[in-house]
Amino acid sequence: MPIQKLSEQSSGSLEKPAVETSVKELSWWAHVLVGVLFGIVVTKAEVISWFRIQEMFRFQSFHMYGVIGSAVVVGALALFIIRRMRSKTIFGQEISTPPKDLGTGIRVAVGGILFGLGWGLTGACPGPIYALIGNGVTVMIVVLISALAGTWAYGHLKPLIPH
Amino acid sequence: MIELLSQPWPWYLAGPLIGLMVPTLLLLDNRAFGISTSYQHVCAALIPGRSSYFAYDWKKTGRWNLGLALGTLVGGFVASVLLANPDPIAISSSTRADLAALGLSDFSGMVPGEIFSWSGLQSVPGLLMMIGGGFLVGFGARYAGGCTSGHAIFGLASAQLPSLIAVAGFFVGGLVATHLLLPLIF
Repeated sequence: MPIQKLSEQSSGSLEKPAVETSVKELSWWAHVLVGVLFGIVVTKAEVISWFRIQEMFRFQSFHMYGVIGSAVVVGALALFIIRRMRSKTIFGQEISTPPKDLGTGIRVAVGGILFGLGWGLTGACPGPIYALIGNGVTVMIVVLISALAGTWAYGHLKPLIPH
Repeated sequence: MIELLSQPWPWYLAGPLIGLMVPTLLLLDNRAFGISTSYQHVCAALIPGRSSYFAYDWKKTGRWNLGLALGTLVGGFVASVLLANPDPIAISSSTRADLAALGLSDFSGMVPGEIFSWSGLQSVPGLLMMIGGGFLVGFGARYAGGCTSGHAIFGLASAQLPSLIAVAGFFVGGLVATHLLLPLIF
């Protein structure tokens, strides 16, 4: 009797995770694929270029404003449709858009300015840092390590700074 | 076809494609578009230290985002190999003149090779821009709660006030770096 019970249990617990694991695996590869497409687009639109970022911050070309502006419009339209149709994910989950934390406003204002200083100097935000390494600008690995150091420092200073 | 795709993509093609990242990730498995969280996951995985900010199950929470980050790197590689554009980036002549006045002369690559190269790393401008700038990107993105993708694209597309303030901050910082810091650094 105990043996039978054990085998029942084990077969039951074996099957379910196996299915869940393959779905997880599939969705992970889907994210990699979405990332590949993103990496191609940001490379071909040259938004990973320090030169293009300089052009933007000097107001000497419409290119970057066009990219970001049209991305926001298309993203907003798609969100509107998703909410209107009460769409679910392809796995049937509910879709929600998590609210961004305002805090007292200090975290977004000061954090935003610090990020902007870094964006202006490196000409690369977090996504483009990855894409530039892929483009063969290997020295961007140093920028990546430095950005990780900044992330690490933030994690440890978080309780001490105003948000 | 490859020849056509190898040309630089105009904003009205690239922008909407980037915007489609928002619904794609939501419809895939309810993920909010954002890249800089992946830096937090890497810290949580490799160097958590004693901060509670890095004490969580990064494999469970961060797997998808690390996959997206890895894909972005691979996408950069694919585009540079299969869809390489042989011409220098066609930046406006006024930007070129401004940068030449700062002392830059190499406009051939995606980034100025005089600064963003291993030899450039041994110069003061290279150190400040890559090490200093990189640190600020990582620190600022996590402090603000998002970067260009999470705040400027996802946050603005979902009409969030924190993102609007953050993006205004991005621009203030970028303008200060461009017009005040760069002339000092060079």
